[in-house]
Order: sequence, then structure tokens, then C-alpha cells
Amino acid sequence: MSRLDTEHQVETIIGLEVHVQLRTQTKLFCRCSTEFGAPPNTQTCPVCLGLPGALPVINEHAIELAIRTGLALNCEIPPLTKWDRKQYFYPDLPKGYQISQFDLPICADGFLEITDPADDTHTRRIPLVRAHLEEDAGKSMHDEAAGISDTRIDLNRCGTPLLEIVTQPAMRSAAEARAFLSELKLLLTHLGVSDCEMQEGSLRVDANVNLHIEADGKEIATPIVEIKNMNSFRAVERAIEYEVRRQYIDWEDTGETIEDRAKQTRGWDDAAEATFAQREKEESADYRYFPDPDLLPVRLPRERIEAAQATLGELPAATRQRLQSQYDIKAYDADVIVNQGPAMIAYFETTAETAGDGRRASAWMQQDVMRSLKESDWEIGTFPIPAIDLGRLLRKVDAGELDNARARDVFQYMLENDTDAEGAIEALGIVAVDAGEIEALCRELLEANPKVVEQVRGGKEQAIGALIGQAKKKNPNANPQQVKETCLRMIREG
Amino acid sequence: MSIPLDSATELLRLQAAGELSAVQITQAALDRIAATEPQISAFTHRADEAAIAAAEKIDRDRSAGLPLGPLAGIPVAVKDVLCTRDMPTTCSSKMLAGYHSPYDATVVARLRQAGAVLVGKTNMDEFAMGASTETSAMGVTGNPWDPSRTPGGSSGGAAAVVAAGNCPLSLGSDTGGSIRQPAAFCSLTGMKPTYGRVSRYGLVAFASSLDQVGPMAWTVEDAALLLQVISGFDPADSTSLDESVPNFASDVAATDVRGLRIGVLRDSLDQEGLEPEVRRAVLEAIDVYRSAGAEIVDVSLPHSHYWVPTYYVIAPCEASSNLSRYDGAHYGYRAAISDAEAAERGPLLATYCKSRDEGFGAEVKRRIMLGTYALSTGYYDAYYLKALKVRRLIRGDFDAAFAQADVLLGPVTPSAAFRLGEKTDDPLQMYLCDLFTVGANLAGIPAVSLPAGFTAEGLPLGVQLQAPPLQEARLIRAGAAFQKLTTHHAQRPTL
Amino acid sequence: MSLSGADVRKLALLARLELSDAEVAVLGPQLARILDFVEQLSELDTEEVEPMTTALDVVNRWAPDKLHRSLTVDEALAAAPRRDESCFLVPPVLGPAH
Ligand SMILES: [Mg+2]
Ligand SMILES: [Zn+2]
Repeated sequence: MSRLDTEHQVETIIGLEVHVQLRTQTKLFCRCSTEFGAPPNTQTCPVCLGLPGALPVINEHAIELAIRTGLALNCEIPPLTKWDRKQYFYPDLPKGYQISQFDLPICADGFLEITDPADDTHTRRIPLVRAHLEEDAGKSMHDEAAGISDTRIDLNRCGTPLLEIVTQPAMRSAAEARAFLSELKLLLTHLGVSDCEMQEGSLRVDANVNLHIEADGKEIATPIVEIKNMNSFRAVERAIEYEVRRQYIDWEDTGETIEDRAKQTRGWDDAAEATFAQREKEESADYRYFPDPDLLPVRLPRERIEAAQATLGELPAATRQRLQSQYDIKAYDADVIVNQGPAMIAYFETTAETAGDGRRASAWMQQDVMRSLKESDWEIGTFPIPAIDLGRLLRKVDAGELDNARARDVFQYMLENDTDAEGAIEALGIVAVDAGEIEALCRELLEANPKVVEQVRGGKEQAIGALIGQAKKKNPNANPQQVKETCLRMIREG
Repeated sequence: MSIPLDSATELLRLQAAGELSAVQITQAALDRIAATEPQISAFTHRADEAAIAAAEKIDRDRSAGLPLGPLAGIPVAVKDVLCTRDMPTTCSSKMLAGYHSPYDATVVARLRQAGAVLVGKTNMDEFAMGASTETSAMGVTGNPWDPSRTPGGSSGGAAAVVAAGNCPLSLGSDTGGSIRQPAAFCSLTGMKPTYGRVSRYGLVAFASSLDQVGPMAWTVEDAALLLQVISGFDPADSTSLDESVPNFASDVAATDVRGLRIGVLRDSLDQEGLEPEVRRAVLEAIDVYRSAGAEIVDVSLPHSHYWVPTYYVIAPCEASSNLSRYDGAHYGYRAAISDAEAAERGPLLATYCKSRDEGFGAEVKRRIMLGTYALSTGYYDAYYLKALKVRRLIRGDFDAAFAQADVLLGPVTPSAAFRLGEKTDDPLQMYLCDLFTVGANLAGIPAVSLPAGFTAEGLPLGVQLQAPPLQEARLIRAGAAFQKLTTHHAQRPTL
Repeated sequence: MSLSGADVRKLALLARLELSDAEVAVLGPQLARILDFVEQLSELDTEEVEPMTTALDVVNRWAPDKLHRSLTVDEALAAAPRRDESCFLVPPVLGPAH
């Protein structure tokens, strides 16, 4: 499909439902492991298999993680929350119901601020409806020849704690939806409440999308579509973009509006780069929610919530602000550092403090450090150069003991050899060159290059550049800036 | 010597005195079971070999001087609604025929820990839904007092095995009267403890907010012995109460009822459908207490008229959900489907529907349908939510009544044991059997059924005592006192 | 009240029960009668009454996030009507394409 170009004013309305797996060791209602990747059906017990007579017991840590997440998402944590059964039959749901939260979710009414993808000096506040705890279902593995052979069921994942975060339909572009997800992931990984690995299913996104079209002086809403099966943030973005075009064309063709059609579900096909209609169920869903009589309500006293609040520490948005003002770095640079997560922030801060120059530290982070990480597929946590060593190196640059080019050599040497800046400097034979040596070197160069001297006298000061390379060859430790200044002075003084 | 299979207390004494071994007792129980089963069919599973093995171990431990549990060497039968590692757990349903649980219910584990010898699993109404044990898919159980009559239900098998002299103790479960009504029909003492007093872990759920496991025995003394073993906090059941359990033996001994305020439920005595002989038994019980010095006060439970309708909304709603897990996917009965059925609705849906249709009996299906209806969109508020609100009113009635009285006295059942087949065609008629018992389940309070005499035909009658939450001890005191003053509990059927 | 055959069938589908025509014919009137019976609850004014979902006055029953032993694959699959070496086998949602 081509780009959307239309004489109509079209607004895209996007709401997201994000399921994040909380980082507990055990499941929400039993003490089986939540570890990803175990052989099928090796992490089950009577409770998560839904065997007769088994009963659920809440995992307290899941409650704690949900509270922390809710607070970080500016939610209200109501004093009372409870559990409800959502009832439907499916082979990956062995009890015939999912324990979830219906009318009293653990988190209500929050928001998340994101950088406006259309204008990075601007922030957008995305309001959240709620976030509730629920248990995950198991995994159904359908045969390639669908419909011929049996479906295989693995219940390892069944009962894993999920927090379902529901936004208002407040996003207005695919890029914004993606920015929301990136910021959410950053926040949750920062808090350590979730790994947010889409590949492993620890973060799953459904997007509700429709269009508000300004036509004939009135606003028309297209039918809402829920998009599923997106396996990366990029897929989310592309699926929404696709759906926007599809809905517009569909509206042009059929004139169908939200009144004509109930919400439908469409799946995203990554290979085909298209959404496709999913088969409608034979019956309309009636989940018959009711309070789970096996579980007691959870009452959260103010003090407990305040204690959780106190453990949150500085959140990414605040860190961005602080890095900018404390280290005098640009918003963009602060963003890049913060978006890499807590380890990167810590690395930067140590480097900047040691170097005594935030801007220089930031510049080195953005270029040298991040490039090396990318090239070698390292994590900042295992980066071979400790932040304090990089800081010391940059301090030397600041003090004029090294030029940037030399410092890069040192950096490279430190990367490849287990040594600090001093050791690298010594190993590379870098020694400070005193003023007398530089003068001797410059005099020699000027005598050997009368042409250059003439050019400089004639006003072409940049001709001196030719001498700098020669100076470097004769003495690699010579500071180019110093060579340049000394040569110019000697020529002036005649 | 003859072995007193009707008294756990006596069997414990004889073993301690070295006059009987656990194996002798167990063998006697197994022989008695073999003799009576053809007439009453009370077991869904008999564990003869395992029982003898368990008894041998008790005897070995005893001769080695090892510490023994409080039920060492006592044969006990458990209702087939409790999960057992070494016996099938079927809930008397085709759905779970041959199903083996990989774990023991907490109460079963506690029985084993206490040295009890498990002799088998007892028949019941399918998934505990019924009042006559006739909804069982495992056959009909007869009442030892008259095998042409029902032993009651749903714990009919558990009552029948004790009444038949198979073993002195059994465990039942009570969601709306399922321990107390069979106890009354079989002249036993049967107690439904406070909701949360006994762990539900491993009790196959019928209606989770009402279900409770409890003891059945001839006497209050024996019932208290069993209650002691099964009571107490269980971290595996979120609805189990973290409250200390008193030593009930001292309550059995304390039988002075002077000053005890006994609240008489006059309304229930005027209840339409209450048979005169039952009424007479209650009035006689009042006299027994009065002459022993108890204070008799009249109390009323204004919403008692709404107990049964409230119960028949809440219980089916919870049941419809609890029984969703039986779909033939992971365990239990799976129906074979034809190609045509597979083509019509898809193989999965066809398998679900057919497995549940064939696996469940009519009463279970009726209640699943009722509950599904009452929870569905548009009906939730009118039925389920309404019932929850009335439930609070009912609880409020009890709270008010217990401000005036220490225990409440009234009938257990409207009649004595009815004939097999008499009420099977009319579900509503069957539901009305729960008229006097469901209040305690809705309110979550403890209640006990005590033997209270016989009809002219020689059928047992019972009376019910109810107490405030966690006051099982009061029921035991008042019940033991009653049994000290009467001999109803000492009568035995001539089976 | 009355329940039509279609009502009963719709309910049966929701409850995943495949009822025969005979069962539908019996169940409809029975359910209707029971519903009429429970209908008497509507006589009561419960406007101001809090619903009571449990007889317990207890909250916050939970357990620490500590691993317990899980079942082995064979224990987990022991009662499965159909299984392979590691999974439960269930019929597929959709039948063979016609
Ligand atoms: Mg969800
Ligand atoms: Zn588990």
C-alpha cells in the first residue's frame, strides 16, 4: 500500500495493552520456577496444572513488584485489591479460568512521560487506565499441518506472573507507540521488575488502533482493530502504520464506521508485512468474571506503599534532567546515556567525576565507548576499561598531557590489554615532551621547509599543517597543538 | 474377643493395653467391610493391602517403642472427594474414573501422620452435589439402618461405613449439609467445622467458599479425636485460618451445661414440611438440656427462609467455575469424537463438549448450567451479586442470635432417611433437604448433628447444634453432655 | 420464567456441554423452575448491603518467592488422556480443511 495521502484530516488513535512478566523466581500462585527455556512440562505442580483439589497461594514478591511498577508509572495503589476468575476454555488454560483482576486492579490511573518523537525538546504524557496482576497461560504448539494432528501443550509458563498495563487511547502515531514502549521497557528494566524481552515473551503488546477522519465537516471514527502477534517494537510500529493505511482505504471503499462493526482482531504477519483478519469465534466472549473464592483480598497499608516508593530511587526521566544540569551535557546526550540503562549511567557518572569534565566524558561515551561496545558486542557491565580508568585518561587530556589522538591510542591499548591509563601510556612510550625539545624540533622543521615558512608569511597560516605530520613522525609524543603554536611563533619572531 | 469397631477411643485404649494389635483391628475392619459391602455398597475403593501394611507398621513402631500418633491403628475411611496418592480419587464421577492424584490432601496427610489406617474411599453424590448419594456414577449406597433407604448425601458412603460398623471414623465434606444430613440419617455424630478451620487443600472443590471437611463418628468423643487431627492452619490453603486449635479432649470431659444458653430456633420448628417425628426429637432434646440446667432462650434467624435460594445461586456459580477444569484435555475422561462431529464444530470444541456431556451426570450438569447462567452477562447482578448480599444478611442474623445464645438448637433435616429413588426426579425437592443445614455454610460457622432418637419405623433422627465461628469446643461440650444424658448414639443397626 | 431450547443450547455452549435434544427438553423447564425458586431473593431490599464473598475476615495470605520442587514430566503427564514424550496432546482447534 502506498503512503496515506488524502485531502481529509486523519488522526490516528492508538491504545496499548502491554503484558509484562514480573521478575519473580516462582509463579504467581505456586512455587514452580519461572525460568525461561526449560524442557516442556518440567516446571509444573498440582496448582499450575489445575489438578483437582489444588489451591493457589499468592506470591508476595509479585505484589511488591507490581506496587513498585505502579508507583513508577505514577499510578494510584488502592488500599484494597482482589482476585477474579476470567473464564474461558482453552487447552493452555488448565483450570478453565485465568486468575486475574477485574474491578479492583492493584494499580489505577497512572501515566508515563515520553519524549515526543516529532520534537525531542517536547514531552508527551501518556495516561494509563490501570495495571493489573494475572497469571499467564501455557503454550500451545500447533502442528505445521494445522488441523491434522494434535496440538502439543507445554504448561511451564502457566501461572507466571504478568502485569497487564493498559493505556488510554492517547497515542497519535506509530512512532509514539514505539516511543512509549521503549520508555516503558527502560523504566521496567531500570527498576529490575521485568526483563521485557519480547523474544522470550516477557513483554507482549496488543495495539488497539482506529482513525478519526474529518470528512464533510464531521468527525468519523473507523472500527477499532486490535492487533496481535507483534514480536518486536519495530513490528509494533510497522503494524500500526500498516493498519492506519488499511483502515483508511477500507473506509474509503466501504464507508464502514465504528457503529457498523464491533472491535475485530487482526494478526501481524512479519514476513508479509501486513495484518490479517483472525478467525472470529463462534460465540461472543462472556468471561463470567467473579471473585475467586480461593483467594483472599490484598490490603495494602499506606506505610507499605510509602516504603516501596522510598526504594524506587531515581527514575530515568529524572536522571536525564539531572545529567544535563549536573554535567552540563545536551538533552540528546543525556537521553542516549540514560536509555542504555543503569549500568551505563553509572559508568558515565564515574567517568565524568574522575575526568572532572562531563562534556568530555559524554563525548567519549557517545563515540568511543559505545562504538567499542557495538563492535565487540560487549555489555557495559563487562567493558574491559573500568570507568575510573577512562576518567583518569580524560583528566590527562584535560590537563593537556595528551592530545585527543594520543588519548585514543591509549584507549585502544587499554581495550586490548589489561592495563590502566598510566600503564598504557608507558607501554606506548608516551612521555611528556618539554618545551625545549619542541623548540628544537620546530626549528629543524622550519629550516627543512622554507616553502611552508614563505606560505605562512604570505598569510596562509594553515600551511603549517604539513609540518605537524612530520613532527609526529619524528617524535610521536609531540603535542600537535604545541608544535603548531611554536612554529607560528618562531615564524612571526623571524 | 469382639473388636469394638464402633469406638476409636476404645480401640486406642485396647491397643495401649496390649490387648489388640493394629493388624487385628484392621483385619476385623476389612472383614466387616467385606461382609456389609454387598448390602450397602459404600466404598468406591477398598485399600485392603495398603491398610494391612500401614497397620503392620504401627505395630512395629509400637513394639519398637517409637512415638505413635493420636489415631495409631484406627481404621478410617475418607470420602472420595479427598485426594490420595495411593488410591484413586474419583468424586464418584465418570469424569474422574481411575484418576490418581499425585499428592495427598492436607487432611489425608495429617491422618497418615496421626497413624490412622486408611481402609478406602467412600461413595458420594457426584462432585458432592446431592443429598442422597444417588447422583454417584459408582452406584447407589444403602443406609445400614434400612438398605432400601438413602444414607443421605453427599457424604452418604462416609456415613454408611461408620454406621455399618466398618470403621469407627470417617471424613466427609460439607458444602450445604453433606456431613450433618447423612449423620442424622445414620444416627451418627457429624461435624462441619468453622470455614477455614480445616484445610481444603486436596479437597476437590465443589463450592470453594462453602466447602469444609469434617469428622463422622458415633460419638462426640470420637468425632473430637478426628477433628483434633485435621484442624489447624495450612499454608497451602489461603482460606485456612491461622488460629490455634484448642485441646478438644478437655471439652469432651467438661459436660456441665448449667448456665449454657441454648437458643431454640422456633421458626424452624414451625417450618412447613418438617415431619412431626423430627419436631418431637428436637423438643425432647430441648427438655434434656433444660433438665440438665441449661438456659433455653428463643431466638430467630429472620432470613432463614432465604437460605436455600441463596445457597442455590452461590454454590452452582462457584461449582460451574470449579468444574471448568474437567474438559478432557489434561486429565480425566475424554470422549472419542467422530469425523462428522469434528467437522461440525472443530475437533477441540467437539471434544470439550462431548467429554463434559458424557463425563458428568445430570445433577452436575444442571448445576453447571445454573451457575453459568447466574454468572453470565446481564444476570450477574440479579442472581450472583444479589445472593452475596443476602448472604451477608444471613450472617448478620447469626451474629445477632449468638449475642443471645451460646449455641443454637434445631433440626438437621425435615425428615428421616427417605427411600432410594424417592426424590431423584425432582431436583428442587432434593434441594429442600438442605433447608436447615445451609445456613451454617453460608455463615461459615461450625455445626454438629447429633443422634436424637428414632422414628416409629426405627429410622434415626438427628438434632443440630450451631455455634459462633471457631467455637467447635462449645459444640463438643454441649454434644458430649447430650450424649452423657441420652443413649441414642449407643443404638446400632442390625445389619 | 421460561428458557427456550435456544437459550439452553447457548448456555450449554458457554459451559461446554453437548446436550442431547432430550436433555435440553428436560433441563429447560427444570432450570426455569429453579430460577423461579431463587427469584424470591428479589423480595429483599439489599441496596445498602455489602456483598459477602467469603465467611473469613482475613486478608493478605501470601507466601515468599521461594522455589519448591516441581513434578517431573512423567508425573505431570501421568493422567493425560493423550501425551507424547514431553507434552499433553489435545485435538486441534480447527478440523482438517475441506
Ligand atoms: Mg490479560
Ligand atoms: Zn506450579
